[in-house]
Amino acid sequence: MTERKIRVLIAKPGLDGHDRGAKVVARALRDDGMEVIYTGLRQTPEMIAEAALQEDVDAVGLSILSGAHNALVPKIVDNIRANGQTDVVIFLGGIIPEDDIPALLEKGVFKIYGPGTDTRQVCSDIRSAVKTKAQA
Amino acid sequence: MSSELIHSLRKGNRLALSRVLSQVEDGTKASQAILEKLFRATGSAHKIGITGPPGSGKSTLVNGLARELRRREPQLKVAIIAVDPSSPFTGGAILGDRVRMLDLQGDNQIFIRSMASRGALGGLAEQTEGLSQVFDAAGYGFILIETVGAGQSEVDVVNLAHTTIVVDTPGMGDDIQSIKAGILEIADILVVNKADRPGADQSAAHLRNMVEMGYAADYSAGKHLLSGSLSASTGVVTPAGWIPPVLKTIASEFQGISELSDAVLAHAAYLRQSGQWHAKDEAAIRANIRRLVTAELIGEFRQTVPAELMEALVIKVQQRELAPNEAVRELLAYNRINSLKSSE
Ligand SMILES: Nc1nc2c(ncn2[C@@H]2O[C@H](COP(=O)(O)OP(=O)(O)O)[C@@H](O)[C@H]2O)c(=O)[nH]1
Ligand SMILES: [Mg+2]
Repeated sequence: MTERKIRVLIAKPGLDGHDRGAKVVARALRDDGMEVIYTGLRQTPEMIAEAALQEDVDAVGLSILSGAHNALVPKIVDNIRANGQTDVVIFLGGIIPEDDIPALLEKGVFKIYGPGTDTRQVCSDIRSAVKTKAQA
Repeated sequence: MSSELIHSLRKGNRLALSRVLSQVEDGTKASQAILEKLFRATGSAHKIGITGPPGSGKSTLVNGLARELRRREPQLKVAIIAVDPSSPFTGGAILGDRVRMLDLQGDNQIFIRSMASRGALGGLAEQTEGLSQVFDAAGYGFILIETVGAGQSEVDVVNLAHTTIVVDTPGMGDDIQSIKAGILEIADILVVNKADRPGADQSAAHLRNMVEMGYAADYSAGKHLLSGSLSASTGVVTPAGWIPPVLKTIASEFQGISELSDAVLAHAAYLRQSGQWHAKDEAAIRANIRRLVTAELIGEFRQTVPAELMEALVIKVQQRELAPNEAVRELLAYNRINSLKSSE
């Protein structure tokens, strides 16, 4: 049998209008053989959780440049978990100050990627995290 | 576990629905049993296919149509299956149709599922039919299916949908129609989207012309009796059957969506009254069974016949000791004997 396809939602919460980073990650994941659902700009936490539910994704990648991560990310995590998707891997990309990182990880964010991250690293992280959860 | 999932799905649990869709899409062992159970509860959904070249506005039209259908028939839930191509090199895919469907987000009676083609040709994925059965059994009254949109041989959708909408845009070259004659024949409704662009009237007139020519040919062959005006905005029902209307829309502005919905609902009514609904269902079932048999036989062949035998025969054929057909006979003979053994 061929291996199950990994499905990843890439979403852009908040109001900033830049999705270049999100698109770069989306392409990298695709080139790594994953199926990437891209939802576009200005998504509310409810919209992101709803899309994750309908698409039954293994992972959700959030790209936040606006600085609103402390407000948005906990809401998104809670909404996704409240829908019953308790094992979805949630990762974050963008400009996140060092000081904010521990609380976000505490909240259940799997990894946080700053500018200049090697996308190959992201791909292999997601792959192994999804694999671990599937075996759990 | 799967009977619990089915139970929750039938009760309207959307996470259960979503998980069943994944099982079916991945073609897991469990999914066969799930589909067998669910199939008995299918048969009431109106399945609507939307096909046309990339960028013609299919997703945007689906967004408008879903919203309008929900307004017209508030008691019916709407499912959307949006198929995009997988990369032939990596097997990955970027599925971006949801970007055009943001208006539907607030309505929990609408369920959008993106699907990668996973190497299937013909505009759909291997399991698009399976997914539509799951939605049907889950009580979705309308199922909108957006095809890949490679433009060429997207005809699989007619085997699945009751109503096929073919989308084109103006000015994609006046003489070289972006819609090929073959794809025109599958249309129950033709849409010239982006009617805000120059040339929309010419494109619509051109398509109408092609429709008329198609039906005139039938007429001269003595098959049908033609009457009624082809310029009518909803489809025209003549003794010859349904004649596809040609509609102009500006999907991004919700213009023409009401007329498109009229045509979609009129087509469903026509299918039911004429007995075509039943005939289409039968044709879809026949095509599906054929497809499943083919897949099953190929699967059995792959399991039974070792790669070494195949390789050995390839070498013999290359050395011109055997013709390809002789190799095939040998492979099939091997399969016949050994697949019986393994199933005993
Ligand atoms: N000018 C114009 N643009 C449109 C119209 N409908 C859709 N679009 C745009 O055309 C592009 C492709 O639309 P999309 O729905 O993704 O096409 P698809 O690839 O066929 O699904 C998007 O940028 C839409 O906003 C229309 O009626 N007029
Ligand atoms: Mg599309």
